[in-house]
Amino acid sequence: MKKYTNTGNKDTRSGFGAGLTELGQKNENVVALCADLIGSLKMDDFKKNHPERFFQVGIAEANMIGMAAGMTIGGKIPFTGTFANFSTGRVYDQIRQSVAYSDKNVKICASHAGLTLGEDGATHQILEDIGLMKMLPGMTVINTCDYNQTKAATLAIADHHGPVYLRFGRPSVPNFTPENGTFKIGKAELLSEGKDVTIIATGHLVWEALVAAEALEAKGISAEVINIHTIKPLDEEAILKSVAKTGCVVTAEEHNILGGLGESVARVLSLNQPAPQEYVAVNDSFGESGTPAELMDKYKLNNQAIVEAVQKVIKRK
Amino acid sequence: MKPNTQQLNDLTTQVRRDILRMVHKVNSGHPGGSLGCTEFLVALYQVLMDRKQGFDMDGIGEDLFFLSNGHISPVFYSVLARSGYFPVAELATFRHINSRLQGHPTTHEGLPGVRVASGSLGQGMSVAIGAAQTKKLNKDSKLVYSLHGDGELQEGQNWEAIMYASAYKVDNLISTIDVNGKQIDGPTDEVLPMGSLKAKFEAFGWDVLEIAQGNNIEAIIAGMTDAKARTGQGKPVCVLLHTEMGNGVDYMMNTHAWHGKAPNDEQLELAFAQNMITLGDY
Repeated sequence: MKKYTNTGNKDTRSGFGAGLTELGQKNENVVALCADLIGSLKMDDFKKNHPERFFQVGIAEANMIGMAAGMTIGGKIPFTGTFANFSTGRVYDQIRQSVAYSDKNVKICASHAGLTLGEDGATHQILEDIGLMKMLPGMTVINTCDYNQTKAATLAIADHHGPVYLRFGRPSVPNFTPENGTFKIGKAELLSEGKDVTIIATGHLVWEALVAAEALEAKGISAEVINIHTIKPLDEEAILKSVAKTGCVVTAEEHNILGGLGESVARVLSLNQPAPQEYVAVNDSFGESGTPAELMDKYKLNNQAIVEAVQKVIKRK
Repeated sequence: MKPNTQQLNDLTTQVRRDILRMVHKVNSGHPGGSLGCTEFLVALYQVLMDRKQGFDMDGIGEDLFFLSNGHISPVFYSVLARSGYFPVAELATFRHINSRLQGHPTTHEGLPGVRVASGSLGQGMSVAIGAAQTKKLNKDSKLVYSLHGDGELQEGQNWEAIMYASAYKVDNLISTIDVNGKQIDGPTDEVLPMGSLKAKFEAFGWDVLEIAQGNNIEAIIAGMTDAKARTGQGKPVCVLLHTEMGNGVDYMMNTHAWHGKAPNDEQLELAFAQNMITLGDY
C-alpha cells in the first residue's frame, strides 16, 4: 500500500488559523467574527493584521451568526469562529433561517469538534454536529483530517459561494497530506488502493485508517483507504467505484453513529449497490472527561477498532 | 418627487385593502400587526428611505430595510409591490403553493425586495447590524433600518444584538420597535411584562426616541426624520413606534384577537367599508 509520512504532529485548528491569515492578505472581502475564543481558534494573526475586518462579538453566538448573515449583504465573506458545539447546536435556528434558508455566503468554522476536545467533557464535546449541519439544505459540510488539509480547505471555501460548515479539532495529530495542496470541495481522496475492503474515514480518523490499513496488510488483507473530507456534497461516485471493487466498507468518524458520515455512505450504498458495512463511530452516547487518547481508546475510535471492524465486515461478504 | 400626505394616505388605505384581501383569500396570515405597521412601512418606502431603482441583494449605495417580525409579511409584500419591486398582481399568490410570497418572507424564492428570511423571531437585528457593519467597511454612507415587534424582544438574541450595537458604535442603524402591546397570547404586559423599553435601550447605550402617534403618517415622517438626524453620532438609534394593532379596521383594534386570524366574508366587507378603494385593488 501507499505509505504516508507524518511530518510532525500539529493541530488542525492551527491550519485554520494559518489559512485565515493567508486569506486576510489575499482577499479583502474576507471578514472574521469570533465569540470570545480567539486564542482557541487561532484567529490572533488575522485580528492583529486586519483589526478593521475582525469582529469580536463576545459570548453571544446567536448574534454572531446573524451578524455574519447580514455582513454578506454588500459582498463580505464572513468566517465565524467558535467551538463546534457553539457553532451548531447552540445556534441551529439562526443558521437555519438567517444563513442556510437565506442562502448567505457564511463560513461557519468550528474547532474542538468531537471527543478529542478532551478534559472539558461532554458539555463541550459535540458528536452530533455533522448530522445537524448535513440536514440543512444547501449547506456544505467539511471535516478535514490534518493541519495541511485544514489550511487548504480554509482557503478553498472562501472561493465557494454558499454556506459552509468547516469542522476541525483541538489536539495535535499527524500531519501527512501535502503542504500547500489543493482542496477540491466534494471530491474524495483515494489515499491507498486495495481490493478486499474499503475504509472510508473523515477527520482525525483518516490517519487511523492508514495505520489500520498497514496492520491489515501484515495480516494479508488489502484495504482501500478513502478520505472523505466533504461529507456534503458526498462524492458518491468515488464510494460506489471503490465498493464495487472491494464488496464491503468500514466507515470511521469522530461522531455519533447516528447522523454522521457512516449513515451518508449507507444511503448511497442502499440506493445503488447494497454492501456489508461496519461503523467506527460513537454509539449514540455523550462523551466525558479524559485525555483525547484515552477517550478515543475508550470509545473505540482508533486504528485497532478499524482493524476489528474490517475483519468483521469481510466475514459478512 | 416625494408623494404628498394625501397620496400617502391613499396608498395606506390601498395597502390595508391588500392586507385584508391577501389574508382573507387564504384564510391565514397576520392582519393585526400588518395593519398596525401600514403607515410606517408606507412612509419608510415612499418618503424616508433612499432607494435605488430595481433590486440587487448587495444594496450598495442605498438604504436597506430588514423586517425581523416576518409574520407581518402582508404589509411588507403590499408595500414592496406598490413601491415597484414586483408586480402588484402577484399579491394574489400570497401563501399559495409555488408562490414567491411565502407565509413569511424569504430570499429562497427570489422575491425582489427581501434580503433575508424572517419569521422565526429575534434574528433580524443581528442581521441588520451585520449589514450596517458591511456598509461601514464599504465606506457606504447609507443607512440600515429594521423593524421588530415589541413581543419579539422577549427573544434573547435581541439583547445580544442590542449590547453589541452600542458597544461597537453601530450608528448607521435605526431599529424601530412596533410597540402595540400585544402578542398572540394576549397583552404583552400579561404574557411577559418587559417594563420600560426606553429605559432598557438607554441602559444598553442606544439613542432612543418615541413616536407617540405611530399610525399618523406625518408624525412618523417627523419622528423618523429626527431619527435619521441622530445617526452617525456614535450610538445606534432606537425608535419606539406606538401603534394600534389592527389599525383602520374598527373591530380588529383594541384586541390581540386578530394577530394571526383572517376575516371571513362578512367581516371583510365590513373592513372594506372602512377602507374604500383608492388606487385600485390588485
